[in-house]
Amino acid sequence: MSRYIFRRLGFLLLTLFITSLIIFVITQLIPGDVCRVILGREAGEQAIIACREKLGLNRPLPFQYLSWLGNFITGSWGDSFSTGTPILPVVMLRLRNSGYLAIMTLVISVPIAVAMGVIAGLQENRFIDNLISIISLSVVGLPEFVTGLVLIQIFSFEFRQIGLPSLPATSSQFPGNNFLEALPMMVLPSLTAMFVLLAYIARLTRAGVIEELKQPYVRTANLKGLPQATVVVKHVLRNALLPTITIIAISFGWLISGLVVIENVFNYPGLGRLLVFAIDRRDLPMLQAITMITVVAFAAANLLADLLYAFLNPRIRLG
Amino acid sequence: MSPGKRKAPILNIKNLTVAYRQGDEWLDAAREVSFCIQAGETYGLVGESGSGKTTLVLAIMRYLGANGSVRQGVIELDGQDLCTLSESEMRQIWGRKINLVPQNPQSALNPSIRVGEQLAETLRYHQKVDPAVARRQVVGLLEMVHIADPEQIAQSYPHQISGGMQQRVMIAMALSTEPRLLILDEPTTSLDVTTQSVILDLVRELIHGRQTAALYVTHNLGVVAQVCDRVAVLYAGDLVEDASTKDLYRKPLHPYTRGLLDSVPRLGETKNQVQLRGITGQIPPLGERPTGCVFRPRCPLVIEVCYQRPALYELTDKRRARCHRWEEIQRGEANAQQSSPEVIKTEPINTKENQEVLKLVDMKVYFPLRHSLGELVRRRKPRFVRAVDGVELKIRHGQTLGLVGESGSGKTTIARSVMGLVEKTAGDIELLSIPLPQKLSDRDLETLRHLQMIFQNPEDALNPYLTVGGSLSRPLITMMGKSGIEVDEDVAKLLVRVQLPAGYARRLPEQLSGGEKQRIAIARAFASNPDVLIADEPVSSLDVSVQASILNLLNQLQIDHGSSLLFISHNLAVVGYLADRIAVIYLGQLMEVADADVLFEVPYHPYTEALLSAIPLADPYAEQTQIRLEGEIPSAIQKPSGCPFHTRCPRFLGEICVNKTPPWRLDEETGKQYFCHIPVSELRQSQERVFTFKYSHPK
Repeated sequence: MSRYIFRRLGFLLLTLFITSLIIFVITQLIPGDVCRVILGREAGEQAIIACREKLGLNRPLPFQYLSWLGNFITGSWGDSFSTGTPILPVVMLRLRNSGYLAIMTLVISVPIAVAMGVIAGLQENRFIDNLISIISLSVVGLPEFVTGLVLIQIFSFEFRQIGLPSLPATSSQFPGNNFLEALPMMVLPSLTAMFVLLAYIARLTRAGVIEELKQPYVRTANLKGLPQATVVVKHVLRNALLPTITIIAISFGWLISGLVVIENVFNYPGLGRLLVFAIDRRDLPMLQAITMITVVAFAAANLLADLLYAFLNPRIRLG
Repeated sequence: MSPGKRKAPILNIKNLTVAYRQGDEWLDAAREVSFCIQAGETYGLVGESGSGKTTLVLAIMRYLGANGSVRQGVIELDGQDLCTLSESEMRQIWGRKINLVPQNPQSALNPSIRVGEQLAETLRYHQKVDPAVARRQVVGLLEMVHIADPEQIAQSYPHQISGGMQQRVMIAMALSTEPRLLILDEPTTSLDVTTQSVILDLVRELIHGRQTAALYVTHNLGVVAQVCDRVAVLYAGDLVEDASTKDLYRKPLHPYTRGLLDSVPRLGETKNQVQLRGITGQIPPLGERPTGCVFRPRCPLVIEVCYQRPALYELTDKRRARCHRWEEIQRGEANAQQSSPEVIKTEPINTKENQEVLKLVDMKVYFPLRHSLGELVRRRKPRFVRAVDGVELKIRHGQTLGLVGESGSGKTTIARSVMGLVEKTAGDIELLSIPLPQKLSDRDLETLRHLQMIFQNPEDALNPYLTVGGSLSRPLITMMGKSGIEVDEDVAKLLVRVQLPAGYARRLPEQLSGGEKQRIAIARAFASNPDVLIADEPVSSLDVSVQASILNLLNQLQIDHGSSLLFISHNLAVVGYLADRIAVIYLGQLMEVADADVLFEVPYHPYTEALLSAIPLADPYAEQTQIRLEGEIPSAIQKPSGCPFHTRCPRFLGEICVNKTPPWRLDEETGKQYFCHIPVSELRQSQERVFTFKYSHPK
């Protein structure tokens, strides 16, 4: 097992190295001179040269790459081009917010999705299975800005109209001072994200359950005379949920960084919106920092998925 | 129960018909089957694939699934009709009154739950014992099935223990609740023969002396003869014959039973002594069962009356047979129209007799194990799977060399390496005295033409999108340089040679039965008129009634073409039948090489002796020495030093076997060569012939 962990860690570092290289090269390929961007069109030749000197842009590319990577690792992420403030605290704050939203989304969607998948799998090709499939697939087809707006319409406006407790439509004040008070602000964005995940996780769970139900060991368990519920929970799910757990862990990476649309719909101060902001302002250091942190989040989620899978699967854990 | 009165049977099946749904139709998979099993009795259910034996087992357990249904009949367990019970009521029967030992223990155990827990949960649930007691009972159960370290096995996951060990666990599980009915569904089919013999001993030992009724389902006539008290023979859903094991083997009354017994070569029989008869045709698929007697289309004794469905006639001595002509057969009056085929005499072509067409010199195939970074840093020696470890083989012109060994012995690796599919690590392969290039891509067309292969599984060996004609014309065009009308003519000739109608050229593989596909594969291999043919388990995926005709075909074609054959199999009876010379392989090394007719006589290499003693003989009267190998086959990564067989050898001498590589010895009398420290004279003195058939049914 320890050997397996080391192997996975090795792969993780390799992945991070290669992606950092790609990010660096791509930002080099973006047209236009960084100093031009910083100083504006009117800046004189002298000022540009001085700026390049100061930012170390005269040095050979490999050196630039290494110092950039070194700075990233040591946490010296520099200042934003657009705001002039240090990048690190801003990105970390947004990363935390995105983390909250990701966890909230998983807490809401995983039990629902897994339950739907298990029920559908156990009832393969019967009415309930078809119903679940139709619902989850039709929801996943809708873009997030549509589901988001519909949810706002229902839970914010309509509920308020008829005097029910409503949920906030915007999360711009998140998290404020009191986390508990801020909790309702995450509900609608999480629900919107849930609709994307739902079909994904439910379909995979369903497939896992159907596959495992065909295995001879399920017959063994049934023919032991164990109650149906024991057979399903103890024997089937233990194996059927292995791929699902992997997908859940991987989707955590997506939730951290991929919710640009949802964050915009709800004005949620997460990493995704910061990314759009950085792109708008051509804020290269900020852009690099956000992409790198996204990659780290993705890689970490993948590692988590692999380790969970290995831990839950004795065939890998014990070789 | 009053004395003298017959005890009520534990399982009583009356007039049972089971059907499967295909589209809108219900097709009978088992028809009007009746039998009963008494307490303490082991009842065998024999049949080939498609005979309905699995259907019956599932029906008895009421586990047919949504597509299957009991159409009529009664399944009584202790007088209670199981057909009237709901699923939740059946859950009170399962695991408590009926238990199953399945075919493949590997997949029948939950891979994610420890073995001990899988045993304990049944006890906790059915016997309401608390967890600590259940754990203690589990250890006791594992001891009952002769597991040496029960505590450790209980803590293991299924993948950590061997197949034989897994099957012991399944047997322990099945007996843990002292069921009334124990169903064993091909429990040793996935095991090696030496493991099988140990498991069969265990089954016999544990069933004996219990008041359990046992239903033993198998296709293996040898296993039935060794384990069962009574046997029922199934064919295409019909119970065609039912008798005590001894009666059945002494005098089969149904032509199908007779045909089955004639299809399998007996251990030690060679092609020069007998011609296997086999049964023509194949089992009709579900929904295409003929009217009248189901065996009619394949029966050699068919007459007018066979177009009516025969009753299951009750004979005096508790026998039953579903054949109109059983009385004539019993009196020995009914004989087949066609005369029994003549034995094909092999006449080696003298001029080339001594030419060695294929020669392996000290061949080694090692597969390197992947290194971890840590091991590289610590400069560990590289480790290898030593699949083939110094094998010397020679095949002469027109000769059949049988290579026999258990799984993992390296026999398939040898075949693949000779074919150029796997790279050898050391040694030489010579074809017609010319060294063979290692890689397939380095071999020229002529070499390919001379060396062809028949694979184990004909299902995978034929391209499903090519017609039979397409498959057969490939080698004719590429290797024989044929073109145009010549190709079609040769395809037709090839089909005739493998006894298929010429019209088959237009068929796709999916339109053929398993046996027909293997015929096509054989035709393709012979298309280039090869000097050497390698056949890796060519009949092991086929039913025994089909197997015989394929063996005959191979034999005939080989004689006609003068090809040499390397015939690889785990089945010593089949190898013994077809081969002129036999090599026995264990852990990548040859143990014994002998002519086929003397291999079965003393002196034996201790491993050969154990193999011969492990094979279940299809004769309940046969005498056989009981030699059982201890432990598991060692890993080919950490091979035992000295003689690789020393860890399990019943004739282990001591130090010398551990430390010193044995010499090759030659027995002057028989020409046998074997790899052992024990000298010929000593071996000959201490050994007796391992097996003797007592009763030989007329061929």
